[in-house]
Amino acid sequence: MSRSNPLQESRTARLGLVLLALAYVGLVLLIPLGAVFAEAFAEGIGAWYAAITEPDALSAIRLTLLVAAIAVPLNLVFGIAAAWAIAKHDFRGKAFLTTLIDLPFSVSPVVAGLIFILLFGGQGWFGPLLQDSGLQIIFALPGMVLATIFVTFPFIAREVIPLMEEQGKSDEEAALTLGASGWQLLWHVTLPNVRWGLLYGVLLANARAMGEFGAVSVVSGHIRGETNTMPLQVEVLYNEYNFVAAFAVASLLALLALVTLALKSYLEWRHRDVLAARGH
Amino acid sequence: MKHFSTYPALNGVSLDIGPGEFVALLGPSGSGKTTLLRIIAGLDFPDSGRIVFAGEEVTDKPAARRGIGFVFQHYALFGHMTVARNIAFGLSILPRRKRPPRHEIARRVEELLELVQLQGCGERYPAQLSGGQRQRVALARALARDPQILLLDEPFGALDTRVRRELRSALRRIHENIGLTTIFVTHDHEEAFALADRVAILSGGRIEQFDTPQGIQEAPASSFVESFVS
Repeated sequence: MSRSNPLQESRTARLGLVLLALAYVGLVLLIPLGAVFAEAFAEGIGAWYAAITEPDALSAIRLTLLVAAIAVPLNLVFGIAAAWAIAKHDFRGKAFLTTLIDLPFSVSPVVAGLIFILLFGGQGWFGPLLQDSGLQIIFALPGMVLATIFVTFPFIAREVIPLMEEQGKSDEEAALTLGASGWQLLWHVTLPNVRWGLLYGVLLANARAMGEFGAVSVVSGHIRGETNTMPLQVEVLYNEYNFVAAFAVASLLALLALVTLALKSYLEWRHRDVLAARGH
Repeated sequence: MKHFSTYPALNGVSLDIGPGEFVALLGPSGSGKTTLLRIIAGLDFPDSGRIVFAGEEVTDKPAARRGIGFVFQHYALFGHMTVARNIAFGLSILPRRKRPPRHEIARRVEELLELVQLQGCGERYPAQLSGGQRQRVALARALARDPQILLLDEPFGALDTRVRRELRSALRRIHENIGLTTIFVTHDHEEAFALADRVAILSGGRIEQFDTPQGIQEAPASSFVESFVS
């Protein structure tokens, strides 16, 4: 091959780099993923199916889906609101708010869980109040949703803020001079401009919401068939040396990750002409 | 007709523009010409002073309700919409009882495409058009709701000389056909003199002179004006 690109390395160097990258990806990504499925099907598909249709496993799956179904839409709304405020407006405390959004990334999930115990637990700040009104947050669904919201909050906002900043305000100003109201701006101009970032943020937040272990583990109380999500169920099964069942549930989580990726690729492929037209 | 006074980027500016007039705001960068245009549009707000459209004060009116059309230097077309939907935008977001029926909007879009000589481009996306074509779409979009005033911020600034000349005459022709008041910002005095009925020359946030091109050339009001237009 002729050297059409002056930045191109020699053929051996390129081959070496590609092999190194493949070996690394294989070692840290593919082999573990393969191992999960190998282990899950170690005793055949019948055992796998039995493991995931067992009542406690089903309850864990239902709970995981429910938590994600509440946490992700809420984070979608607040993520858009925060991104809009930060990217399109100037106000006092903007830098602080931007840092605050990153907080869940820098705080250990276990600490995040403990925060909610401290606030809403029996001995917590609002504990007595909650007890009187008969509301249970810790060791119940609300606590798990709160913990999940906390942990997944940055995903959508972080995806969308840089996109919105890059696009500036001129599209919005144009819509404004054409008579658009604030909601119409958001709906017809701002959101369509960031929809790919938004979609990616939602997929990432969803994957994390379903996979979150630490924070949810602290607030859940590990009540089998009641407050165990899939990751917690995996741990419980594993600790009981029930490897096939543990890996069967784990394989569902892994499958979810693969579906997420496939969905994203499919959407990018479906809308490739629009993407190309926009120069992305 | 508009009045202004003190603004950090603008100082004691007062302009009276007649209906149907074609006015250029001319000046070097930092002279406050774009700020002035954005204040007229309602995209910026003055600390003091008044803006009056045809006897009605609009100083506190949001841009959306001023009845203006605005054309941006970098087009600001909506990339996810076709050309036709871009042009129809202003009409399609009207509240239901004021919105024209669909076929009416489509007819208006066709009419505007014809006006800017882009017949048959309605189904394309902005990214598939050249710079000059995009600016024509932006112009058509700004005219869709029949604004009383058309404002253009360096509309030809991002285009090459040939396209620029073409668009200039298109703009002048459209201005004369529709007869709306047009105000445009430029730093190019030849462009200002070639297009406008009257030119306001700004420097350091003040209006140095506001006169016809001929008047300015014959009797420049200051040494700045003299050096800037020669």
